[in-house]
Amino acid sequence: MSAREVILAKARRALTDVPDVEPVLDVEVVRPVPDRSLPHAQVVDLFDERVADYRAVVERADPGTAALRVAGALAGRSPLAGSGPLRILVPPGFPAGLVPDDVEVVPDGPDVAVSELDRCDGVLSTAAVGIAETGTIILDHGPGQGRRAATLVPDLHVCVIRADQVVAGVPEAVAALDPARPHTWISGPSATSDIELDRVEGVHGPRTLHVVIVS
Amino acid sequence: MSGTFLGTPAFPAAARAALEDSQLRRNLAHATSTIRTKRGNVVGEVDDWEQLRLAGEAIKNRVLRHLPDYLEQLERSLTAAGATVHWARDAAEANAVVVDIARRHGTDEVVKVKSMATQEIDLNSALEAAGIHAWETDLAELIVQLGDDLPSHILVPAIHRNRAEIREIFLREMGRAGRAAPADLTDEPARLAAAAREHLREKFLRAKVAVSGANFAVAETGTLTVVESEGNGRMCLTLPEVLVSVVGIEKVLPTFQDLDVMLQLLPRSSTGERMNPYTSTWTGVTPGDGPQEVHVVLLDNGRTDVLADPTGRQALRCIRCSACLNVCPVYERTGGHAYGSVYPGPIGAILTPQLRGVGTDPQTDSLPYASSLCGACFEVCPVRIDIPEVLVHLRAEVVDAHRKASRVPSVQDVAMKAASWTLSSAARTGAAERVAGIGGKLAGRLGRTAPGGRSILGAVPGPASAWSDSRDVPVPAAESFREWWTRTDGGRSRSDNTDGGRSRSDNTDGGRRNGDGA
Ligand code: SF4
Repeated sequence: MSAREVILAKARRALTDVPDVEPVLDVEVVRPVPDRSLPHAQVVDLFDERVADYRAVVERADPGTAALRVAGALAGRSPLAGSGPLRILVPPGFPAGLVPDDVEVVPDGPDVAVSELDRCDGVLSTAAVGIAETGTIILDHGPGQGRRAATLVPDLHVCVIRADQVVAGVPEAVAALDPARPHTWISGPSATSDIELDRVEGVHGPRTLHVVIVS
Repeated sequence: MSGTFLGTPAFPAAARAALEDSQLRRNLAHATSTIRTKRGNVVGEVDDWEQLRLAGEAIKNRVLRHLPDYLEQLERSLTAAGATVHWARDAAEANAVVVDIARRHGTDEVVKVKSMATQEIDLNSALEAAGIHAWETDLAELIVQLGDDLPSHILVPAIHRNRAEIREIFLREMGRAGRAAPADLTDEPARLAAAAREHLREKFLRAKVAVSGANFAVAETGTLTVVESEGNGRMCLTLPEVLVSVVGIEKVLPTFQDLDVMLQLLPRSSTGERMNPYTSTWTGVTPGDGPQEVHVVLLDNGRTDVLADPTGRQALRCIRCSACLNVCPVYERTGGHAYGSVYPGPIGAILTPQLRGVGTDPQTDSLPYASSLCGACFEVCPVRIDIPEVLVHLRAEVVDAHRKASRVPSVQDVAMKAASWTLSSAARTGAAERVAGIGGKLAGRLGRTAPGGRSILGAVPGPASAWSDSRDVPVPAAESFREWWTRTDGGRSRSDNTDGGRSRSDNTDGGRRNGDGA
C-alpha cells in the first residue's frame, strides 16, 4: 500500500466513532455577525488610524493631490547608487499619472531578475482591498500591484489605495478575494521582536511602508 | 548543526535545571507577561471573540471528523492548481521527499521558513546528512541554528537568549555559514537585525529551493497560507524556483471562507497584534510569479493515532498560536527546553505524548504531569482545546501503559495500595496517625516555614521522595484528631492546651467550637 492509502485508511479507522451517515458539513459553524453600522467614511478613518498604529506612514489625498503625495513619499530619500535619480520599480497597470518624473522607472515583469529588484530604491503599487479593523492592505498581484517579489525586495513600498477599496473587517476582505490568485496581506512594515522582544522594523521586507488613501 | 531534543531528561529533572537559571526565568517572565498583556488588549477589542472561538473550534472539528474526505479534496485541488502532492507516513518518508527534490535540482542548500512540522521531523539533520545545508531564515531560528541550540518557544524561539549572547553568536558563527557579521557589530537589536538581513539576503537571492510549512491548507481551493512578520517567509515563498511545503494533515480547512475566522483568531492570540505584518497565500503555481514548481508533503507522523482518541483528538485543532505557553505558570518558570519537544508548554504536554505514544519513554510520560491544571490555557486557546481535560486523560493512559507494561508495581501503586489497606480499617488508620504524629513532632523541629507561615517538610527520604520532591509537604499534626478526641472527650475537657504545635492548636480551636455547639 502507498503512504497515501495507509494514511487515509488509518484516518478512516481512527474515526469509527463518527457515524458513516454523518454529512461532511455536520458540525455547524456559526460565524459571528459583526456590527457593520459604521458609515463608510468612518470605516476609512479607522483604516487610516490602524495603519498608522503599525508605524506606517498614512496620508489622505484626493485625485488631484495623489501624485503630490506619492512624490512626497520619495522626496528626501537617498539613492542606493549613491548619486543620480532614485530607481523606482513600477508594475504594469500602475496609474502613469502618479509616477513622479524625477525618478528612473524600472518596469516590473517576469524577466526582472531578483538582483535587479535589489538595486531599486523603492516600489509603487496599488492594492486590491484594505481592512479597517486590522489596518491591512491586501495585494492580489493584479494590474498595478506587481509580482509578489516586487513589493518585497526594495526597501520602500508606496501603496496607493482607493477609499472605496477599504472594507470594515476580515470577513468582507476574504469574501472579496479570488482564491485562485496569490495574495499578500500587509499590516505595517516588516518587523521582528525576536531580540528581547524589542521591536525592530525591516528585517527583510520594506523598512518603510507609505500608504496613500485616495478618496 | 541543529540540535535535537533526543535524550532530554524527564520533565522534573529538566525543569529543576531551568529553575536554577535566573537569566532564563527573567527573559521568560518578561516575554510571557508582555505578550499576555498585548493579547489581552487586542482580544478585548473584538466584541464577539467568544463566538469567533466557537467558530474556530467548529471549523476544526468539522475537518477532523471527516479528515479523509477533506484530504482527498485538498489533494485534488492542489493537483488541479499545478502543485505536486506527496504523502508521508513518518519523518523518514517526509525527509526523503524533500531530500529527493533538492537533489533533483542539483542544489546543496535550501532556505527555510520557520515551521513546526519540519522541526518535528528534524528535516535539517536529514538534509545535512545528505550534504544539503538548510538555512533557517526567521531571525530567532537563525539565532537558534547558529548557536547550535534548541528553540524554547513556539513564537519567539530564541527568547532564552539575550542581546549580548546573540551578538557573540553572530560574530562567531555567521562567517562560517556565509556572509560574516560586521566586525563592529554592537548588541543593539536594530544592528543585530541588520546583520541578519545582510547575511540572509545573499542566501535568498541565490537559493533555488525553499522549504516551508503552512498555517492553513484549504481543501476547497488548494490554497496554502503562511503567517509571519519579517518577510523572510515571503522571500522563501516567492524568490526560489522550487517550493516544498511540509504540511501536517491536521492543517486542513474546509473552505476559503474559513480563513477569515482563522486569520482573526491567530494573530491576536499569537503576537497580540490585530494582524501580523505579512500573510501570504498561494494556490499551486502562478505563471510568471513565484516558484514554478510547487510541492506539498502531507505529513502524518502520529497524527492519525491522535485522531483515534476521541478525547485527545482535540489537540489536532491547535493552530500553534502559543497563547497557552504565555499564560502557563509552569512554562513561565521552566521555559521550553524542559519539555524535550518542539511543542513546549501546555500544548506540548498533550500533543507530544500523543504523537509519540505513551508507555515507552519516561521523558514523554512525564509531560502530562508538567501542569498545575489551573485551566488558564483553555481560557486563552483560540480553538477552545480543553487542555486540562486531555492532560488528565493522558495521565490515566500513562498509568495504564505502565500497569500493562510491567507486573512490578510503581512507587505510586505501592503507596496507593498501602493507603487503601490502612484506611479500610479504623484501627490501622489510628495506628498510622500515631506514627505520623511522632514524625510530626520531630519534623516540627526539622522542617522549615513556607511563605504564609505554614510548616513544611523538606524532601522526604525513601520512596515518598518521588512525591515530596516536587511539592511542599505539610508537617503532620503532632497529635491526630482521633487522639485529641479521645483525650479531650471531643473538646468538652479543656485540658488540651499543653502543646504549642501550630497545627494542633488549629485542630483544638476547631474542635472546641464544635464541642461547645454540641
Ligand atoms: S493549544 Fe490553543 S492556545 Fe495553545 S498553541 Fe494551540 S491553539 Fe494556541
